[in-house]
Amino acid sequence: MSVLGKLENGAVSRSGHNSERTDMRYSALSLLGNAFSKNKKWTPAWRNPDPKPHYDVIIIGGGGHGLATAYYLSKVFGVRNVAVLERGYLGSGNIGRNTTIIRSNYLLQGNNPFYEFSMKLWEGLEQDFNFNAMVSQRGVVNLYHSDAQRDAYVRRGNAMRLHRVDADLVGRDQLRDMLPFLDYENARFPIMGGLMQKRGGTVRHDAVAWGFARGADQNGVDIIQNCEVTAIEREGDQVTGVQTTRGPITCGKLAMAVAGHSSHVARMVDMRLPIESHALQAFVSEGLKPFIDTVVTFGAGHFYVSQSDKGGLVFGGDIEGYNSYAQRGNLACVEHVAEAGMAMIPALSRVRILRSWGGIMDMSMDGSPIMDKTYLGNLYFNGGWCYGGFKATPASGYCFAHLLATDTPHETATEFRMDRFERGYLLDEKGVGAQANLH
Amino acid sequence: MTSFRIDGGTSINRDDVRQFSFNGEKLSGFGGDTVASALLANGKQLVGRSFKYHRPRGILTAGAAEPNALLTIGRDGRRDPNTRATMAELFDGLEARSQNCWPNVDFDIGAVNGVLGPILGAGFYYKTFMWPAAFWEKVYEPIIRKAAGLGRASYDPDPGYYEKCWAHCDLLVIGAGAAGLAAALTAGRAGARVIIADEGAQLGGGMRAERSMIDGKPADIFLGDVMGELISLPNVDIKSRTTIFANYDDGVFGGVERVQKHLPEAEINPNRAMERLWRIVAKHTILATGAEERPIVFGGNDRPGVMMAGAMRTYLNAYGVAPGKRVALFANNDQAYDTARDLEERGIEIAAIIDPRTCPDVGYHGSARHIAGAVVRDTAGRKGLKSITVRHDDGRDEVIAVDALAISGGYSPIVHLACHRGARPVWSDDHAGFMPPMDADGLTPVGAVSGVRGIVACFNAGANAACDALVGLGISARPALIGADVAGDHVNDPEAAGAQDTLPVWSVPSARGKAFVDFQNDVTASDINLAMREGYDHVELAKRYTTNGMATDQGKTSNVNAIGILAENKGVSPGDIGTTTFRPFYTPVSFGALVGASKGFEFQPVRKSPLHGWAARNGAKFVETGLWYRSSWFPKGGETFWRDSVDREVLNVRTNVGICDVSTLGKIEIFGADAAEFLNRVYCNAFLKLPVGKARYGLMLREDGFIYDDGTTSCLAENHYFMTTTTALAAGVLTHLEFCAQVLWPELDVRLASATDQWAQMAVAGPKARATLAKIIDDDLGNEAFPFLAAREVSLFGGKLRGRLFRISFSGELAYEIAVPAGYGSCVADAIMEAGKEFDIAPYGTEALGVMRIEKGHVTHAEINGTVTPADLGMGRMVSAKKDDFIGRVMNKREGLLDAARPLLVGIKPKSPSDRFATGSHILNVGADVRLENDQGYVTSTCHSPNLGHTIGLALIKGGPERYGEEVVIWNGLAGTHVTGVICNPAFVDPENEKLHA
Amino acid sequence: MSSLVKCPHCGLRPREEFTIRGEVPSPRPASDAPANAWFDHVYLRDNPRGEHREYWHHAGGCRRWLVLSRNTITHDISAVVDASTLKAGTKS
Repeated sequence: MSVLGKLENGAVSRSGHNSERTDMRYSALSLLGNAFSKNKKWTPAWRNPDPKPHYDVIIIGGGGHGLATAYYLSKVFGVRNVAVLERGYLGSGNIGRNTTIIRSNYLLQGNNPFYEFSMKLWEGLEQDFNFNAMVSQRGVVNLYHSDAQRDAYVRRGNAMRLHRVDADLVGRDQLRDMLPFLDYENARFPIMGGLMQKRGGTVRHDAVAWGFARGADQNGVDIIQNCEVTAIEREGDQVTGVQTTRGPITCGKLAMAVAGHSSHVARMVDMRLPIESHALQAFVSEGLKPFIDTVVTFGAGHFYVSQSDKGGLVFGGDIEGYNSYAQRGNLACVEHVAEAGMAMIPALSRVRILRSWGGIMDMSMDGSPIMDKTYLGNLYFNGGWCYGGFKATPASGYCFAHLLATDTPHETATEFRMDRFERGYLLDEKGVGAQANLH
Repeated sequence: MTSFRIDGGTSINRDDVRQFSFNGEKLSGFGGDTVASALLANGKQLVGRSFKYHRPRGILTAGAAEPNALLTIGRDGRRDPNTRATMAELFDGLEARSQNCWPNVDFDIGAVNGVLGPILGAGFYYKTFMWPAAFWEKVYEPIIRKAAGLGRASYDPDPGYYEKCWAHCDLLVIGAGAAGLAAALTAGRAGARVIIADEGAQLGGGMRAERSMIDGKPADIFLGDVMGELISLPNVDIKSRTTIFANYDDGVFGGVERVQKHLPEAEINPNRAMERLWRIVAKHTILATGAEERPIVFGGNDRPGVMMAGAMRTYLNAYGVAPGKRVALFANNDQAYDTARDLEERGIEIAAIIDPRTCPDVGYHGSARHIAGAVVRDTAGRKGLKSITVRHDDGRDEVIAVDALAISGGYSPIVHLACHRGARPVWSDDHAGFMPPMDADGLTPVGAVSGVRGIVACFNAGANAACDALVGLGISARPALIGADVAGDHVNDPEAAGAQDTLPVWSVPSARGKAFVDFQNDVTASDINLAMREGYDHVELAKRYTTNGMATDQGKTSNVNAIGILAENKGVSPGDIGTTTFRPFYTPVSFGALVGASKGFEFQPVRKSPLHGWAARNGAKFVETGLWYRSSWFPKGGETFWRDSVDREVLNVRTNVGICDVSTLGKIEIFGADAAEFLNRVYCNAFLKLPVGKARYGLMLREDGFIYDDGTTSCLAENHYFMTTTTALAAGVLTHLEFCAQVLWPELDVRLASATDQWAQMAVAGPKARATLAKIIDDDLGNEAFPFLAAREVSLFGGKLRGRLFRISFSGELAYEIAVPAGYGSCVADAIMEAGKEFDIAPYGTEALGVMRIEKGHVTHAEINGTVTPADLGMGRMVSAKKDDFIGRVMNKREGLLDAARPLLVGIKPKSPSDRFATGSHILNVGADVRLENDQGYVTSTCHSPNLGHTIGLALIKGGPERYGEEVVIWNGLAGTHVTGVICNPAFVDPENEKLHA
Repeated sequence: MSSLVKCPHCGLRPREEFTIRGEVPSPRPASDAPANAWFDHVYLRDNPRGEHREYWHHAGGCRRWLVLSRNTITHDISAVVDASTLKAGTKS
């Protein structure tokens, strides 16, 4: 027998396909049990099915929002004949390339209840889908450096409080206790205080995709990877199905959840959107002993940071500013982010940045998302999340599922209408108007 | 402690003895040593602990890929955590400490995790710690975080200076090994502008590990000669200690030069950079980054004493360090036999050479025992290697005692920089590795990175590639013929007949115990298998689920093995699996280097008004407003509380006269025959007929119909206008106007120039303003001659100076703004102070200005927050119904902008004068539940009105002016307060504007 | 592209000297154009994967508005012209 003969480490499925249903429950006990069998009895977290010829609902996009939509459709609304079509691997979009922050500190009435709904879903998510996504409500602090910024945060904090969302104004002295590593002494823009949402925090991003995928799969949803939609089939004003790289599939309803690729998919039905796609870089540092226990955002530059449970600082800044589908940025932006970071935390000087990555943001023209029916029958749209899509994942899935299942918007998502731009009911949190790259 | 230092060493200088400490122990090494080579020379095999299982770890590599030997070097503000010992140069007095171990590296409590190994498999944390829900943050996560991380960041300020530079060249050569040097020399001799960068302290790359003669000279002498010639060429810039870390669009590369990181503290020049960030713009790039040797995945392959074969050869030949007393080699390729030959020549015992390939003719003629068709399946030794277990091809196990093991699983081209812009590397069965993509424009991979083996071949390839690249740039060159004569560099000439291909061994099937793929993140072959079994079989999912390749080394030694394991399990080629995405940075880059000098107070530039000095002399307190410093109040003797000063300043303006610096307002000169038409189109109100000598308040909309900015524009002469903007949007408005003029209406004759910094501008306000100014201005300031909204050039000081005078008022008082050339600002302000002395003039700051504008109901960006329309602010009638076209005209009429439910501007005051309230409070109807649905609006601005003696505010409230007199709740949940307020007219003071026109 | 831009007035300049407004939309409609023409101009975007035209302002240079023809996948710039030469953002 050759020393390089058959693997002895355990049988693994050689084919890319499996259709066995898996509903192994995860628990400390299951870990222990499997440890005794050398971890060889774990089953796939999801099936890898071939597409069926027809589904009641097809969701384009196997990212966080698409998978969450499938999960809630199948779990809450009883719609189980559902396919999620993903052109790459599941979770290959922005769900796996963000800075993992969750919060519901929104100002406007059209946004605030939605994001709070999302926060509430986060709070019960792991038990709900039996997957530890490490939802960590370690707090989010937005620093302010001027009276005007403070006033804006007071307005926002009060809007949050009106909706029973936790919000606290934290003074400089209190901040010093909480975040001793900030620059209080030599700053160009001295820190005056911060708005804190204690229930904000971070979540292990990939695990969100995996938890939703596993849960949806257990409910019968077909998650079909490596399946790119190449055309949308229509009969008159009604959408009837899609052409894909794995053949044609018909459907009752077609749901788009493709984030930065929204315009590209919409073009298949000659639809133009109030959206531009922009690249956003995010970064992680080398692992450090934890010292940043909350999420902190800078008020005198674009910078936000948290520290992961592995010790890496996860941070980001502003978008590059130009339309891009290239998932990469340039050095000027890297330097800009680093400058803002060190202006906030001088201790970063000898911390090394390990890696940068990029995602494609669906920047809408008022900075808020769109979740609505379209002017084509059976075609539903979910997009325009700008760079706030991650925190919205569960509520986006839930509300989109609600819309797909009932044809009415969920009560927290009534203002995410497609026609709001035309009619002038904008959801412009920043108040910068119709320029996508300013939001 | 036994010394492992032996003779030789092309990189070290034995006359330069350097003292250093490791975990407190005093040790010594030589100049030219890395911390790693010095530790090995001192017999320190165990240098750190792994991330998850806290396994004892030694030094695996001799370069940038090192996953194990991460040390904290230095102390206080100069502490560098996570420093690769293999890259850190030894200096006198260096302090190095192990990380991720407690209490110490020899005895580490965390090693208990190793026992729990089967439970702590890949992704175990996704499957547990979920109950009860609240326990994650409170119990589990704190425990995990306590164990997390590697080194500790310093809180102390970094005393180092950092800087950034640009560099431009015809040819950038990345890597100064054989191929890179030949390329640089070729291009340099041809007169091209060349930058050659190498991450090492000394040029030469892999050649420093050679014992062969090059052009009849030992490697270090040969390299010295090449260096000498390169230095003599003024068009060649040699950047050693410089890592090119990223490849960006347009041939722009990021590089970081470690200028003084190798110096002891006493020798650091504080005026020189510690590190320097280079942005290099190259017309063409030669990528000569070489190849990374891959480990082999077998049981216990992480034990201290196990080392890459090439690294072992480097320590032996470049640093004169013996890896052990009795060494084995486990390799699947011919090149690794060079290490065996060199060890043997240096008299180090080779216990065995284990080669999984069955055909043993590799040109090796040494005396060591050669075991073909075999693998190492296990190792033993608690903190250092004691023995290996070899599985022979007949299935028999044999334990061989060794204290070091060289391993080599083949070579992975260092393709990162060829892939940063999205191109994917290509699998080659011939090279058993992923090769750089060929479609990388403007970048030529050459040498080992493109699969070339052997020094001679690399010299030739480098020289020829440079010639080809220069042809494209219009420079003719001839290949530099160096290194044509190399004697005995390889045991087996790679080009010779009988040379064998590398036989990939992605993981040893019979491995016993943990077989590591990713050493730093403790990812084993079983973890990869588990990921596959659970459906995470895409290379990206496997990476994310197991964390393989996500440590500080970014998988330099682990990624290809993981791909190989996935491929083998799926029964496909590694090329079908593909790689994960190569992204910046090649090796980690410090914040300090990326930030350069823009830190601390220098984070952003400071803008100062021309009257800054005058204000400072008058005792102003300044406040940051964007980049500006504005004088916010002027405390007088005895005033310690800011409001005392502000109240006094306000009352003084309202009764006497005050002077305020308003130079920060944006100022734009507008010229041209169509200037009036232009203004008429950019403002929503009419400007076509503004007469010469008049100012007008203008409201500028965005195209979406919401207000962008406001300000006054004056007609100073026919076809010459002067616009003021708010301080905040000075740049934004200019940009917007330029867009309108250049893009929307290029046919209009209009020219724009920013004049913000050209003028010092002061508001002089109060009943005595005219009397004050009349003393310095020659022109008639009477109501007839200079009525409200008059604007024209005036003469000052009996004709000594010309200035611009505007009768406009933000305070609501009789007021003027006088603008003089910036350089005269300070003395004019002094003159006004002197002139107003008899009227008790006093300077006032932005705080008092803010109070007075609220008292008058004037809006600022607190109200104009980007979501309000003119109608929202009670200025709906200003929006011209007659004008044919202006920015925002159509969109301003959308139903959402006309909705009756929109909040409208009102004043608000407390029902009880003693009650105070804050900006940002929300408005609720009396008796209404505290719910978002009941939100009536919010308070946009507040102040204490010294004239009225209580808090007043402006607010945007649904129903607006219809609700004057109505009581509402002013709710501030953040502060836990709510007071009863009364909605009122926002003009709290002088609503009839009598004072204004006085 | 996105590291260096060849300004027709100033030559090759670094990206950070420029501010970017976004896609060149449909032309600014006549004042009496129907509302949907205005909606299209102000809000709707092609946002293509591939060849794309957008407004860049050389804010830290000549202060001219430029129209870049740029590929959104490769970032390659195929043309840079002064925006005034295209009159009012008309689409080609």
